[in-house]
Amino acid sequence: MNRIHQKLQSDKKLFSIYFTAGYPNLNDTVKIIQDLESNGVDMIEIGLPFSDPLADGPTIQASSTQALKNGMTTAILFDQLKDIRSSVNIPLVIMGYFNPILQYGVEAFCKKCQEVGIDGLILPDLPLDVYQEQYEAIFKKYGLINIFLITPQTSDARIAQIDAASEGFIYMVSSASVTGSSDGFGNVQESYFKRIAKMELNTPQIIGFGISNSETFQQATKWAKGAIIGSAFIKHITKNGTDSIGDFVKQIIK
Amino acid sequence: MNYNVDEKGYYGEFGGAFIPEMLYPNVENLRQQYLKVMEEPSFKAEFDQLLKSYVGRPSPLFFAKRLSEKYNTKIYLKREDLNHTGAHKVNNTIGQILMAKRLGKTRIIAETGAGQHGVATATVCALMGMECIVYMGEIDIARQAPNVARMKMLGAEVRPALSGSRTLKDATNEAIRDWINNPVDTHYIIGSAIGPHPYPDMVTRFQSIISEEIKWQLKELEGKENPDYVVACVGGGSNAAGTFYHFLHEEEVGIIAVEAAGKGVDSGESAATSVLGKEGIIHGCKTLLMQTPDGQITEPYSISAGLDYPGVGPMHAHLYKTGRAEFIPITDDAAMEAGMELCKLEGIIPAIESSHAFAILKTRAFKPDDVVVINLSGRGDKDLSTYIKYFEL
Ligand SMILES: Cc1ncc(COP(=O)(O)O)c(C=O)c1O
Repeated sequence: MNRIHQKLQSDKKLFSIYFTAGYPNLNDTVKIIQDLESNGVDMIEIGLPFSDPLADGPTIQASSTQALKNGMTTAILFDQLKDIRSSVNIPLVIMGYFNPILQYGVEAFCKKCQEVGIDGLILPDLPLDVYQEQYEAIFKKYGLINIFLITPQTSDARIAQIDAASEGFIYMVSSASVTGSSDGFGNVQESYFKRIAKMELNTPQIIGFGISNSETFQQATKWAKGAIIGSAFIKHITKNGTDSIGDFVKQIIK
Repeated sequence: MNYNVDEKGYYGEFGGAFIPEMLYPNVENLRQQYLKVMEEPSFKAEFDQLLKSYVGRPSPLFFAKRLSEKYNTKIYLKREDLNHTGAHKVNNTIGQILMAKRLGKTRIIAETGAGQHGVATATVCALMGMECIVYMGEIDIARQAPNVARMKMLGAEVRPALSGSRTLKDATNEAIRDWINNPVDTHYIIGSAIGPHPYPDMVTRFQSIISEEIKWQLKELEGKENPDYVVACVGGGSNAAGTFYHFLHEEEVGIIAVEAAGKGVDSGESAATSVLGKEGIIHGCKTLLMQTPDGQITEPYSISAGLDYPGVGPMHAHLYKTGRAEFIPITDDAAMEAGMELCKLEGIIPAIESSHAFAILKTRAFKPDDVVVINLSGRGDKDLSTYIKYFEL
């Protein structure tokens, strides 16, 4: 069974972290993944850096730019991950934009993902219809779960369509914003979280974008199966380096 | 062969809408509405009226006698430089602001490189009393001070794009992010025939007034609607798309697209996308773009800020791939010389973008009785400081 499915079956609320591969230093990838797991994180999204990350705010953009400056490439990332499954058991998902994958070759990329032990992909600019027409069969052949996004503006009909197409979890974008906003969650988010919870979708939802501390984590997981923190974690390692990852994790899931 | 967009938003294998889900409701709504709106009689009437009384259309088709003599062929200039705001860009912004109004939007965003599209957007927003925010790379803001001032005078807010290389592609990223952050009240006026479907087709249709006019003007002047060649420079490809549109399926008409080679196609400082680009995805569409082998989008270079884009509209990618259009790269030096020649021979100071189109006359031979229509996409006022520096005037 795919590790994402296994994890989703557990009773607890899931805590997931996004980080950009190759940041702050090119070869931090494995250490960050190991430290996150040993400190109790349930799932990791490994960001494949892209020059033009349209859906990301300044923090993740800056980390991507730096990672590329550090020399990160798709091939290097796979090389760094080649032995990751000898030390790490939690689900690992690659999150990135479609162009670098297209250049690597979609099938070659998926094959490599399976080889190193990647469980799923989140590709915000690969739309549902293109995925279904051209790539679903390839993703499935290599045991990869494709994760779709929904937002507060996504219509009920579209959500139903995405729910039907989803296999792992739905990535529920908390608000109309790029990554890294930290205004907290107000009534608007609360009613959106409730609306989705009431739809009783087949696919569990994990909320991301705008979760930055224990308070927003609690608010999100009140309604959803889990929550994802990205920018706040990147800010932490920008400021403190990679030696105090445990401190960050513990302040979220006290 | 079909050179127009198909129902799914593709030109052959190029185009489509590779957008994050956050943009889906707006882009999908636009996709469902744009043709219906454009066909409404009230929309057509308002669009035509503004093009006539505000933009100053039709723009003349001018027989360039001395240029024709020099190159021993019949050269006509389509005078988009005489439009209000000085370029073809305004054809599109007029169309899109009317579209935005009918979609119930109240806030307009745009990206700009040299500032021409930013000025054209700020202009129509002032005309319609709409809030206007223009994203512009920090580096371009420094390079293009007069256009920044124009936008401000017209009431627009100019926001610097501080990410990446801080030029046009990053300004486009910032505009897209703004749209993600403001999904309800905002319309994004893209300035070229690029972006997710339906943008390339919508922009092309608004610009197609150029070739529509060429047809009847040429009929009056030459007794036939079709020239032997149409020529236009290609940045993202909007003036070229408009110039080519009504000739795409007229096989006897040769189509010539002129790209910016910068310091030379092999110099590492170029924007000749058809030569240097590979298939990929940029700003929501599949097309030819300049990128590293690893799929990172690279920074183009051209002396002309309006041609300094790492991709090309999907229609042009298709025209290139099918061989329907001839693509010719022109260096900075050749363009500057051709610009100066147009000044001296015809009394017209062209935008440096447009100068690229004229530069082909030096190397691409035409027959004496060929009718060659070159789109003069804009006037050179905005480029004076570049001309002054280059020619040490
Ligand atoms: C005068 C002029 N011509 C051409 C262009 C290139 O754009 P496009 O390829 O969309 O026509 C620009 C862009 O700023 C311009 O200002």
